[in-house]
Amino acid sequence: MEKPVLIREDGLRRDGRRPDELRPIHIEVGVLKNADGSAIVEYGKTKVIAATYGPREIYPKHLVLPDRALIRCRYHMAPFSTSEHKSPAPSRREIELSKVIREALESVVFTELFPRTTIDIFIEVLQADGGTRTAGLTAASLALADAGIPMRDLVAGVAVGKIDGVLVLDIDEIEDEYGEADMPIGYAASIDEIVLLQLNGVLTPDEMKEAIKLAKKGAEQIYKLMKEALHRKYLRVLES
Amino acid sequence: MKMKILVADRQIVRPGDVLAIIEDEFFDKIVHDPSKHIYMYGNRVYSDVVGTVNIVDDSLNVIPLEGTYFPKQGDLVIGTISAIGITNWVVDIRAPYKAILNGSELIEGFNPIIHNLRDYLNIGDYILAKIAVFDRTRDPVLTVKGKDLGKITEGVIIEVKPSRVPRIIGRKGSMLNILTTMTNCQITVAQNGVLWIRCPDNDRLNALIKAIKTIEEKPHVRGLTEEVRIILMKELGLGV
Repeated sequence: MEKPVLIREDGLRRDGRRPDELRPIHIEVGVLKNADGSAIVEYGKTKVIAATYGPREIYPKHLVLPDRALIRCRYHMAPFSTSEHKSPAPSRREIELSKVIREALESVVFTELFPRTTIDIFIEVLQADGGTRTAGLTAASLALADAGIPMRDLVAGVAVGKIDGVLVLDIDEIEDEYGEADMPIGYAASIDEIVLLQLNGVLTPDEMKEAIKLAKKGAEQIYKLMKEALHRKYLRVLES
Repeated sequence: MKMKILVADRQIVRPGDVLAIIEDEFFDKIVHDPSKHIYMYGNRVYSDVVGTVNIVDDSLNVIPLEGTYFPKQGDLVIGTISAIGITNWVVDIRAPYKAILNGSELIEGFNPIIHNLRDYLNIGDYILAKIAVFDRTRDPVLTVKGKDLGKITEGVIIEVKPSRVPRIIGRKGSMLNILTTMTNCQITVAQNGVLWIRCPDNDRLNALIKAIKTIEEKPHVRGLTEEVRIILMKELGLGV
């Protein structure tokens, strides 16, 4: 396929967004009855569900950490999430993303409160259109909060990309494929900490600074929606 | 510690929400108070969990709305026997750890050669017990030596979310008081979210269950005690 026009003549993107505009975001918390905590997050056409269990007893026993809880995280893309069938076996990429999401969340969860236990996180991508790791991170942090696990802050994930030389927020599949750079970050807005940062492609030092500023701005908007979603779960009860 | 409180009593807060500004101290490291579900960092007090704010005089804490039961020494718990060893029973107390009840607790002059633990408590039996020892490095040990402790042989067991226990008891026991006096039932509230109920008849039992389910569904509602009183009056046919 030939490279599509990523930035139109009027300065807007393929889907009509401004460079600093997010896709429409939809968040819901407490969507699974069996899990201790759960959340579903949509960034445009990307749709991710996350479930958490724990703190609970750890099996196999040899994984026990004597001083804190073990966090286990599985990021997985459903075979039907992409236009071409994806093998359900965990790929190299999925194992890597599980690791970086786990490490991002380890830095905000108070694991030392629950020695010798495990907190299990399952992230399932239902529909993929770019930004699945960031949507997954957002969903996982909401699911942890929904499970009542003590943590320093919620984490909002968002990606900044460079397409046709322009820094843009929250890139989708096509922009990722044909753009020059993709930088997903995880941002804990209230305590102002970046807990995940990856970069695929090339940015100049100045662009990097600009990109982080842009990502923080986008993450703050998502962060606000996350807090509203957590609140909404309890308001629903009031209305009924 | 002098602080300016930014939230209202009973307000719903989420992890990372700023609860108060500290005026006379500065924390350059995170100081966490797990029992109050708050942490201090910089000149701010943050919540670490989804819950409702509880302000008592000048100090504040957060009562979580979700979460699994975490054992504490001295807690009253109701558990089921899940396995039987040579000298001890293994008890499921809905915590991330298995609880241990030693044979000598129930049998005088216990000798594993003479006594068979199955003759005293079998798998699936409910017991009311106290946590005798728990230091987080080893599994909690239970005791049944005390008034009313031991095997549960009558009544009904109801499981609720452990985070609802403070609400079922109410401030200074107000809620529990209404539940017992209006229905004439005996209620034992265990800290792990299991209730043991003995009612004179089934009508009262059903009314009580309905009231408890209401508390479980909307713990964050203001004037819940009054609502429960009305439900009980209606259910018991006392007229409103």
